[in-house]
This record gives sequence, structure tokens and C-alpha cells, in this order.
Amino acid sequence: MTDFADIWSYLASGPLVWLTLTLVAYIAGDALSQASGRAPLANPVLIAVILLAMVLWVSETPYPVYFEGAQFVHFLLGPATVSLAIPLWQQGRRLRKAVLPVLAGLVAGSLVAVLSALGIARALGVDTETLAALAPKSTTAPVAIGIAQSLGGSPTLAAVLVLLTGITGAVMATPLLNALRVRDWRARGLAVGTAAHGIGTARALQVHPRAGAYAGIGMGLNAILTAFLAPFIFRAFG
Amino acid sequence: MIHALALIFLCQLAGEALARWLGLPVPGPVLGMGLMLVLLSASARVAALVVPVGEGILRHIALLFVPAGVGVVGHLDRLGPQAAALALAIVISTALAIAAGALAFVLVARLTDSVDSDD
Repeated sequence: MTDFADIWSYLASGPLVWLTLTLVAYIAGDALSQASGRAPLANPVLIAVILLAMVLWVSETPYPVYFEGAQFVHFLLGPATVSLAIPLWQQGRRLRKAVLPVLAGLVAGSLVAVLSALGIARALGVDTETLAALAPKSTTAPVAIGIAQSLGGSPTLAAVLVLLTGITGAVMATPLLNALRVRDWRARGLAVGTAAHGIGTARALQVHPRAGAYAGIGMGLNAILTAFLAPFIFRAFG
Repeated sequence: MIHALALIFLCQLAGEALARWLGLPVPGPVLGMGLMLVLLSASARVAALVVPVGEGILRHIALLFVPAGVGVVGHLDRLGPQAAALALAIVISTALAIAAGALAFVLVARLTDSVDSDD
């Protein structure tokens, strides 16, 4: 009989075990998030990343070996971006009734997100390559990764900054908007979706269905707007 | 399902080709999204075909962040001295962006008599 170490080293060199572990870690993260009543800090992605990082560390597996398996999941970022057309299309009728307020909120939120992030980071001495990964932080991950890559930034770092932005937005949105006395659910949702993409949208859906719908609109439109804006703003800071 | 996936991939492929051909700074999949939006609006058959599959992918969009997220572990040492600056930039700029977006929406909604109602 072959011992465990031999079987492990055989399996760990192929993609199957890493693909499987990626799915299992995400399922575990999602279950923990649900058990916490969807507490903003118990984010399924954050939990899955920590679990997998521990497995890689304990098994002394280099990231490229892990990615051999995980690339099949990673690849779906592109098709997922294309699929974002679906919620946009479904919200089309609603959107036509509030075109001008939506555009105003979108442009203001999108510009302030990129300009203030790059301005603050630059003032604090962050280098240009890292700024390229920070610029698209308010867009949904698949788009942010694409934008960061085309600006010469690290896709990995971009994914993490996106994640942190989403969690930050989801945690602060309700108290911040209450303090600003914004009672329009459309405005609240659109602002959160624009600034904090999918994680913000998931949070808005928990608060009010109309806020959730407008958050979805904000997330989808900001993905497009940031893809056009970020290269120009980035060049001004680069 | 295969037809829907083929359509989604075709949109992405066309977007990638277009971005490269025109030298646009926009990621190919974003152009693919625009193309899919046109197809969905143009044809009810495309919509009926693509919507269930696309929604299936979107339902677990968070899973797709995981592989790239794991990669950051290798970047943490490089991030080290900049971590505090990045955290500060994210917290302040996210708060400013939410405030700016919500206030701009409310202002223009008031100017155009657009009301927050169910329908």
C-alpha cells in the first residue's frame, strides 16, 4: 500500500486537488457567512482565501502550482463580466424613469472613488505600480482585474483591494447615509453599488429591495464607466 | 446550456478582439458586456437562452475572486510598508464616493421631480 505522503504528493502536483479545495473552501466560507447572519466582516471570499492560504502554507505549495487548478475558476471572471449585462438589461425599464439622477450619482460616485483613492495614496507615497491596482478598486472584481492589468498593475493586488473596498463600503454605508439624511432608497442603493460593487450590492439587497436593484445598476454601469475613466485619471497621477 | 455558454464566450471573444484591434484601454470582457446588452435587447430568444445560465454564473461571482485573492498572500511582504496608506486611501475614498453618489442622485432627482416609489 502506498502511504499518505506519496498519494498526497501525487495528487498535489495535479490540478484536481486545488480546484476541488477552492470550491470546498468557498462553500465553507459561504456557510460560515450564513451562520453569522451575513455579518459584513464574515465575508465568504475572505474566509475562503484565509483557509486556502493556510493549506498552501502548511503543505508548502507554491502559488503557481495552486493556480494550475484554480485557473479554471479564475477563467470564469471574463464570462461573468459579460453576464453582468443581464441585471443591467433587466433593470432597463426602471432605469429609464430615473436616467438623469442615476447618471449624476454614477458620474459623481465613480469620479470621486478613483480621484480620491489615487490622490490620497499618492500623497502618502504609494508607488505608481500599486496605484494601477488601486485605481479600479470600486468596480466588480473581474473588471477591476482587467483594468489593473491594462494599466500595468498586479491583478492579484487589484482583487484584494477590490475585496477590501467592498467590505468597507458594505460596513459603512448604512450609518454614513443615515448621518447624511439620505432617505431615497434609489440614491442609497446606487451610491453603494457604484462605490462598493457586488459586496455593496449584496448588502443593499439585505436592507431594501429597491436599494438592491439600484445598487445592481450602479455596479454594472460603474464597471463600464471606470474602464473608460481610470486610464485617463491614472495617467494624470502616474 | 452549451448554446448560452457559446454566446457568452463569443461576446467575450469579440470584445477581446475589438479592444485589441482598436487599441482601446478597456478590458475585452467589458466590451463583451456591452455587446451582450445589445443582443439581449434585440432578441427575446437570446434573452431566454442566456439569462438562466448567466444568472447561474453571477450567483456565485464571489467564488471567482478566490484564486486571485489567494495570490495576495505572496504579495503581502511587498505590500508591507504601503499597507497603512492603502487602507487609509480605501476607507476615506469609499466614504467620499458613497456620499458623493448619493447626494448627487438626490440633488438631480429633486431638480427633475423624480420620485422614489414602488413600480
